[in-house]
Formats: sequence, C-alpha cells, structure tokens
Amino acid sequence: MKILVPVKRVPDPELKANIKDGKLDLSGAQWVVNTFDEYAVEAALRLTENADEGSRDGEVVVVTIGPDDAAVQLRSCLAMGADRAIHVASEDANLDSLLVAKTLKAVYDEEKPDMVLLGKQAVDGDTNQVGQMLAALLNLPQATFAASIELADDGKACVVSREVDAGVEFKKLPLPAVVTVDLRIVSPTSITNGITPESHEYADGPRYASLKGIMKAKKKPMDNKTMADLGVSGSPVVKELEVTLPEARAAGQIVESVEELVKKLSEEAKAL
Amino acid sequence: MRARYYFEGEEHEELRTQARRFATAQIAPNATSWEEAEEFPRSLYPALANAGLMGVGYPEEFGGCGGDLGHTLAAAEEILLAGHSVGTIVGLSSHAIALPPILARGSEEQKRRFVSPVMSGEKISALGITEPSGGSDVAALQTKAVRDGDHYVVSGAKTFITSGTRADFVTTAVRTGGPGHGGISLLIIEKDTPGFFVSKKLKKTGWWASDTAELRFDNCRVPAENLIGPENSGFFAIVSNFVHERLYLAAQCVAIAQLAYQESVAYARNRSAFGKTLSRFQVTRHKLSDMATKIAAARALTGEVAMRAMAGEAVIAQAAMAKNAATDACSWVADQAVQIHGGYGYMRESIVERLYRDARLYAIGGGTREIMNEIISKTEAF
Ligand SMILES: Cc1cc2nc3c(=O)[nH]c(=O)nc-3n(C[C@H](O)[C@H](O)[C@H](O)COP(=O)(O)OP(=O)(O)OC[C@H]3O[C@@H](n4cnc5c(N)ncnc54)[C@H](O)[C@@H]3O)c2cc1C
Repeated sequence: MKILVPVKRVPDPELKANIKDGKLDLSGAQWVVNTFDEYAVEAALRLTENADEGSRDGEVVVVTIGPDDAAVQLRSCLAMGADRAIHVASEDANLDSLLVAKTLKAVYDEEKPDMVLLGKQAVDGDTNQVGQMLAALLNLPQATFAASIELADDGKACVVSREVDAGVEFKKLPLPAVVTVDLRIVSPTSITNGITPESHEYADGPRYASLKGIMKAKKKPMDNKTMADLGVSGSPVVKELEVTLPEARAAGQIVESVEELVKKLSEEAKAL
Repeated sequence: MRARYYFEGEEHEELRTQARRFATAQIAPNATSWEEAEEFPRSLYPALANAGLMGVGYPEEFGGCGGDLGHTLAAAEEILLAGHSVGTIVGLSSHAIALPPILARGSEEQKRRFVSPVMSGEKISALGITEPSGGSDVAALQTKAVRDGDHYVVSGAKTFITSGTRADFVTTAVRTGGPGHGGISLLIIEKDTPGFFVSKKLKKTGWWASDTAELRFDNCRVPAENLIGPENSGFFAIVSNFVHERLYLAAQCVAIAQLAYQESVAYARNRSAFGKTLSRFQVTRHKLSDMATKIAAARALTGEVAMRAMAGEAVIAQAAMAKNAATDACSWVADQAVQIHGGYGYMRESIVERLYRDARLYAIGGGTREIMNEIISKTEAF
C-alpha cells in the first residue's frame, strides 16, 4: 500500500494574526504543519504499519507545494515516520486551490499511489477544496471528512465513515481513491488495516516524533521539483483583495431571570 | 527574545515542538492544581515516555531516545516554558541524577533492570546522597552498609530526596569503608526492601509539585548484586555526573527566568496605570531590558559550557560558574517579575509568584552557591 499525503505549512494557529495594509503580515509567523494534514499523516502511517510489532508495511510519501522553508514541515512529517518527501517549489502567493490540485495531479501521475490522503482543509484559508478538486481532476472516487478508514477486499477498497447531520455515513470506495480526513481520524481505533490487530488502541492524536525519528528524518529522501518539472503552469484564478479581522464582538450581558432573557431576545435582539 | 541556545539547530527545533505539544496539552492545564496539591499523577511518567521525551540524552540500548546534553537541555526548557510547572518537571526528571551513575559504572544487568523501566515511565528513580547531618560534605556521609553474606545491611537516613516518596528505587550513597571519600559506595535500594522506610514527605518553599522525602534505613538488607561498580568507588560515580547535573540545573534557571520574563512582558503590555500601559513607562522598559540581558548572559554561558562538555572538555569549574550565574540571573529576574506584577505578583494565582519561590532552590540544591565557589577557587588556585 502506497499513500500520498499532501501537506501544507500554515502560520501557527495558536498565535494572533497580524494584519498590515489589508494583508496578513506573516513576517513574524511561526510555521507549523496544517493540523488536518498532520492527522492525514498519522492516518497514513497507521494504514501502513503493524502497530503492535512496530513494523512498517507500505509507503507514505508526503508532498508539499511551497517555499524553500517548507522543507522544515516536510521533515516534521518524515520525523513522525513518513518514508519520503517531495518538495515542489512555489511561493504561497502564486497558488490557489486549483493550481495546487493540478500540481498534485501531476505528482499523482508520477507516483501512482493507492490512495491520496489529505486534511479536509487547511486552517489558514479554510477553503476546503483541494481534495475535491483533485478527485475530479483524477476522475477518482472520493470520500471527504473521514472519521474512520478500514481497508477492505484485500486492500483493493476502503470503507470510510463520515459524521453527517443524520448520523454516520459509510462509503465503500474502490482504490485508488482520494480521501480527506476530519479530526476523529486520530482517535484510538479509527483505522483498521488488517495488519495491526483490531484490539490495538492508539494514543489519541497524531503521534509524537521521537528524537530518533527526528534524526533519521534528515537522511530520508526528499525530491525537489518545480511546477515546470511537473508540467504545471498558470496563475491563480482566485485573487486576494483584502484581509480584515472580524469585527470585535460587543460585550455580553448578564440577565437576572428567564423572563428578562425572553424579553430581551424578542424586543432587543428581535430573535424571537 | 527567543528561548534558544546557540548550539540549537533544526532537530532541536523539532524536539522543542514535540515538547511544547506535550507540555501544553498534558501539564499546563493542571500546573496550578498539581502545584497546590503538591503532587502530579504517576501516569505522567509513561505519558512523557510515550511522547519520546523521557529518554532524551539516554542510550537507545536501554530504552532511551539517544541524543546528547544539548537535546536534553532544549527539551527540558520547552517543557518548563510551555508547562508552567517547575515542580512537575523536576519531579519527572529525578532520573537525571539517579540513572547516570548506573549508566556510567553499573553492570549490563543493572542497566537492563533499572534504566529501561525508568525510560518507559514504568518506574520512578531517585538519588539519595544528602543526609540529615549534611549535604555539602559528601565525603563525610554516615549511612552505613555492612556486608553480610550476599547482602549489605544498611542503616542510616537520607533527606531532601527528590521523588523519594514515590521512587521504586533509590541510587543511594553509603559508607562501606573507612572515613572520607574512599569509603563510599553506591547501592541501588528498591522500595520494597525490608527496612526501607519513607519517613516523611517534606513541605517546601517552592517546587511544590515535586515530592521531597526523608528516607530511613533500618537494618535494610540490600542484595549485594545491587552494588554499582566496585566497593568504595562510589564517590567517583557521584562526581562524574556533576558537570551534567549542574548544567541541567543552570538550564532550568535559564528557563524559569525566561518564563518569568515572558510573563512580565505580556503583563506590562496589558496592565495600565496613570493612563498608560506599564510598558510605556521607561522604568518598566529598562527593568525588562535588564531582565533580558541577564537571561541572555546566563544562557550564553550555560550554552557555551554545554558545548564544551559535549566536545569532551573538562569543564568542572565552568559548569560551577554557569550554575551560579544562572542561579543569580533566575532569582533576580523572578524577583523583578513579581515587582512588575504588583499585588498580583504576590498572589498564588500568578505564575511569577510560584517561579519566585521555585527559583530559591537553585542556590542550594545540586551543590550550593558556596560549594560552587569552592570548586572555582580550587581550579583557579587563588
Ligand atoms: C528541594 C530540594 C531537593 C533536593 N533533592 C536532592 C536529591 O534528590 N538528592 C540528594 O541527595 N539531595 C537533594 N537535595 C539536597 C541538596 O543537595 C543539599 O541541600 C545541598 O547539597 C546542601 O546540603 P545541606 O542542605 O546539608 O547544607 P549544608 O551542607 O549543611 O550547608 C549549609 C550552608 O553552609 C554552607 N557551606 C557548607 N560547606 C561550606 C564550605 N566548605 N564553605 C563555605 N560554605 C559552606 C553551604 O553553602 C550552605 O549555605 C535537595 C535539596 C532540596 C532543597
């Protein structure tokens, strides 16, 4: 089983966003792997290992499209356990979801993985588009917001569960397929791969990179490519005009009684 | 001012990321309650091990994570900065003094039996040197161990032992020979050994979340196989870890000062007096500048001596200097941090109040300020 995991670096979401002249000021940003992509890496690792024996059974290739510094985030994924990395050079400003999806299609065509596993969205732009666009470009089956993945039919298919308003929806997809993951994918028993015993319980969340993993990551292969190498050209169709912070919220009020609350809701807020 | 040593590279950064993630999720939310309860849960040891942070700087052969002193210092600093609980981290890391003598002088069998389960978080270890009758003069220790067949019979007491109430074993300094340093041996004494008593959990100025114990040995029969190295060679096993221990303590001081400084900068930017924020008063800005400068100096010295130690230089006096410099910087910075916080700085709800108390230990533990100066004096041969 070979899994391609596209990852994006994002400014640390824990830190405050600075806006200067209608643009995000990223000069002091600290970069981290997009949270959902980290979950995708974790899911891919779980799919390709025997967790009880601590052995690998498959290959996880991480790919990013981004500036030189983004190699740091690729190495973070290698430190977690991914086997190799592909770094496609590009400045963030020259990209939008469609260009990213086109580039990933070109990588897919070279790599021919059994599955592309992505985060459901990046926590910077929150566009939630790349996985869907990629599936369309590749003409592959897709399942978005996966809460669990189970390999089926001797690795020829996977069953993905998704949390929807009415409950949990199960989808069976022939492989290769494109799957995007939601946060439940890193819960203790969310992945079944037919190799790790089903009784195995993972620690909740993406795994920690061990110091050994961190040191090993430096020696793992990282391919450097340009978009031109992959035959991808064009400029973004989405243009960023201005970035503004949401308006500050007005202070809340404390009411004395339910009667007063109802009165305020109907008369002041006009919500009833 | 970023908390980084000059020797740090990308792998330290990645290690810090892991440490920060662990401490933010597992320690910070509980920091105040654990400090007030004077205890953190035992389950934190395996959790730390699972995050790959227990064994940083210890050999992989015995369950460690590999890496060197530089990795240890970076990880420890980040856990402290993100976790906010000095007591928790010093409790979690009592193995940093308990294991090195076993690793340096112990048998393969002892390393397997005692080092590996500590690395996995299953067992807790402590180091027992100081006695009620004295700590600085290690060569004068009185706890006796008399050989009796396959056992040593130990009688005496140890005090101020970090993690002592919960330790599964204590690397214990005992007198097996005549007076002076030539008569000292190290014995690994396990918790369930008949005659081993935890006589008291001690109340302290700071380091609350870390348990500190008084131990008593009452004709405690310890298997002779638990002797580390040859009989009467214990003093050198103890001394051989002094450089690392002191640099580790110096780095804790740097980290505490850094945290107190960060808290102060944030507070000064937010708190207003006389119509402007504290950071708009030149007096405050200069105070913060002095704090930053002292931390930078302590960090630079600690980092340099650590680099020299890693390169194999003998740095006994330099490590003593680093410990004293970092101790002084830490106490001063913590004191200024309380001042910047005003009344809140004196309240138990603020982090700097706790750091101020925690800081006081470092001029005492791990060799006092005066003993450090004795070492420097001897080396400089005044
Ligand atoms: C919170 C805490 C945790 C600790 N954890 C451990 C532990 O895990 N294991 C362990 O073995 N010990 C531990 N200690 C003990 C610590 O190492 C000793 O307290 C320290 O070595 C000093 O010994 P003492 O307290 O007996 O002071 P003393 O040796 O009695 O010294 C008292 C004073 O006299 C000064 N003095 C002594 N000799 C000289 C001299 N030659 N010249 C000038 N001044 C001198 C000292 O500097 C000090 O100011 C801990 C202590 C504390 C407070």
